[in-house]
Amino acid sequence: MSTSLDQALQTYIAEARELLEEMEAALLRLESAPDDAETLGAIFRAAHTIKGSAGLFGLDPIVSFTHIVEDILQRLRDGNLAVTAQLIALLLECGDHMQQLIEVVAVQGGQLDATAHAHECGLRERLYSYQQAVTEEACMPVVHAPEPTIEVCDEQHVSSELWHISLRFGPQVLRNGMDPLSFLRYLNSIGSIQRISTLSDSMPPMDSMDAESCYLGFEIELQSDAERATIAETFDFVRDDCQIHILPPHGKIAEYIEMLQQLPEDFSRLGELLVSSGALTPQELERGLAAQENPSGNQPQQLLGEILLEQRVVQPAVVQAALDKQSQLQEQRSREQRYVRVQADKLDELINLVGELVIAGAGASLLAQNCQDEALQEATSVVSGLVEEIRDGALRLRMVPIGDTFNRFQRVVRDVSQELGKDIELHISGAETELDKSVVEKIGDPLMHLLRNAMDHGIELPEVRQAAGKPSKGNLHLNAYHDSGSIVIEISDDGRGLDRQRILQKARERDLISSTATPTDAELYNLIFEAGFSTASAITSLSGRGVGMDVVKRNITALRGSVELDSQPGLGTRVRIRLPLTLAIIDGFLVGISQASYVVPLNMVQECVELSADDRRATRERGYLNLRGEVLPLIFLREHFNIDGSPGRRENVVVVRCAEHKAGLVVDELLGEFQTVIKPLGKLFSTLRGISGSTILGNGAVALILDVPALVLQITRQASHAAQQPAALSICAR
Amino acid sequence: MSIRTESQDGRTLLHIEGEMTIYTAADLKAQLMPHLGQDGELEIVLAEVCEIDSAGLQLLILAKREATRNETALRLSRHSRAVLEVFDLCNLAAFFGDPLVIAHSPNG
Repeated sequence: MSTSLDQALQTYIAEARELLEEMEAALLRLESAPDDAETLGAIFRAAHTIKGSAGLFGLDPIVSFTHIVEDILQRLRDGNLAVTAQLIALLLECGDHMQQLIEVVAVQGGQLDATAHAHECGLRERLYSYQQAVTEEACMPVVHAPEPTIEVCDEQHVSSELWHISLRFGPQVLRNGMDPLSFLRYLNSIGSIQRISTLSDSMPPMDSMDAESCYLGFEIELQSDAERATIAETFDFVRDDCQIHILPPHGKIAEYIEMLQQLPEDFSRLGELLVSSGALTPQELERGLAAQENPSGNQPQQLLGEILLEQRVVQPAVVQAALDKQSQLQEQRSREQRYVRVQADKLDELINLVGELVIAGAGASLLAQNCQDEALQEATSVVSGLVEEIRDGALRLRMVPIGDTFNRFQRVVRDVSQELGKDIELHISGAETELDKSVVEKIGDPLMHLLRNAMDHGIELPEVRQAAGKPSKGNLHLNAYHDSGSIVIEISDDGRGLDRQRILQKARERDLISSTATPTDAELYNLIFEAGFSTASAITSLSGRGVGMDVVKRNITALRGSVELDSQPGLGTRVRIRLPLTLAIIDGFLVGISQASYVVPLNMVQECVELSADDRRATRERGYLNLRGEVLPLIFLREHFNIDGSPGRRENVVVVRCAEHKAGLVVDELLGEFQTVIKPLGKLFSTLRGISGSTILGNGAVALILDVPALVLQITRQASHAAQQPAALSICAR
Repeated sequence: MSIRTESQDGRTLLHIEGEMTIYTAADLKAQLMPHLGQDGELEIVLAEVCEIDSAGLQLLILAKREATRNETALRLSRHSRAVLEVFDLCNLAAFFGDPLVIAHSPNG
């Protein structure tokens, strides 16, 4: 496959996946609002576009299956079929199957295996039963009759129920690499060519005939349920140098006449041809010709649009198709104008470069400061301001709203709640909260797991809920918001909550805590994130095997995030995930201890306080500081990291906040803000606690980035129960 | 693509072998032209045509038209499957008026 076609195919695959997601979301919306024409339209367009583009790439299995789905959707849209829960469930399954088709046929270029094929046959049959039902219904006497319309049509419209397509290919078509025959074959895929006449009248005598020019023309009677837009799209590539007329079933005689006049062949010969092919009856032709010679108005040069407006009796289907096409085009155009598709690795490359730029910029400002040249300093400060903006802009490019990920769970919740026989509704808020794309990609699985857990273990069966005096419908909430430089995702349910006793018992069984310890609720609940810890009495297909929660925690920790759990017996459970907004560059606050520099993420810094000589003595013993009447636990970084040398003349406290906890970091020097490009630490340092990464300073030295959440948690825990045995400490979740 | 000429009972048999497509059309036309002006019956054997597109089809139409104009007899014979498919697609069997052997198609 050539590169450009391959690229186009990649674009198609990406688009099809998006469309399928949209389609799924719209189907779920349809469940609650079955009469929403706009939603139906969106579903239809998604299926329609997937089919149309698949046709261009010759992905026949996709075309053929999607065609049936589209047909059902068309019937829904026309009101011939009612939206039912079963039908939506079926269409959702069809969506899944289309997804599979795209993965197998378009991505891998393969064929469906036997099971998938059998599944497709099943789907086809069920879809077919809906098609049948409609036809039977239409046969019944009480039909909202299209009959009168046809009668009206009889005056100005032809009786043929087929599309008439008239094609005259331009001479360059063959040289441009197009084969008119392939268009006919494509028409056969979206409908069926009932009659066709091949015309070669424009072919010159033998001597002047050029074998590489195209002289062919076709008059086609096409039977198809497709819309005009679909048929017209077939000829997108040749529209410019070809004469194309597409007349809908029951088209206006006037349009036929006009077409006949525009075509190069002899008028009456073509007229006869149309009559013989059944497109026109002789009467229709005569009447049209008579009208032509004796126009009703006095203005012979009436514009086509005006004629159409005058003759109000237009077929609704035609108008609808035209309107659809227009709105679709507009939609597409506006979408194209708003978005540029960029490959993710190009963005990564850009962000890497920006990172290098930040480091180089820091180096330049350092030199400028050493030179003590004011003009130069001025210039470098402007440059670093701009670099900062570029950095923010580049990082924003990678930011995507989390809503797409959230919306995917609607389906999961729907399916799982049906499987479990529970009535559960998912409420989403904060969908517009943005975070880095790479984080979004990695957070999907942990979230899915937490949701399933909440549905399986958290929310009770309807009877149990009613017995407990709760509404039988369970509620799941997914919420996201920004909080001091990180994003917080909350998953909460109003189920039974965690069973404290059972967890305690299990933890003791597994020797996770000693039999005499009385851990706090929070500590106990967080034990469920330990490997192999499951309290579920029954193992279901969803959860309870004791794998999962530890994986969730590991995944989140790998993203430099943290997870905590909070539960009220009988009222519900809330899991809170805290993640950094981005993985690449942060605003840092540079502090110095002896010769070493450390970076504290700026958004966690609350304030800086000088530690006076008196306080110093007092705090060394106590380990905390009286900050305006508040107890502030202190971490002496010099001792913590075992740095040699004696403390400087003055020490400072950097007050940091993480989640609900505050702590003070005691350092020698405050060196100010610093744009920090995060360089991950090697595997060797992966077990290092309190350090989350490294960065390079302007002078080329390395500074370590402090893992503030870890430090803060460690110190608050030490402070709150210094007497606790270490076994409980080491296993608690960060 | 090549044309093999053969005489048989006063008829000229032209065996077209290979593809009749835009890539070979100009060449094919040059080889075909001398035969079209001649008197006597002409038969074009299409058994060895493996591929035919619009350009190839045009040449057959041209040949038929010239023959009709000169009132000479032109027969197309032993159509290959590729040719039959195209004739069927464009509904040209009647135009050429030759007896066709309906090939057994795998789809029934």
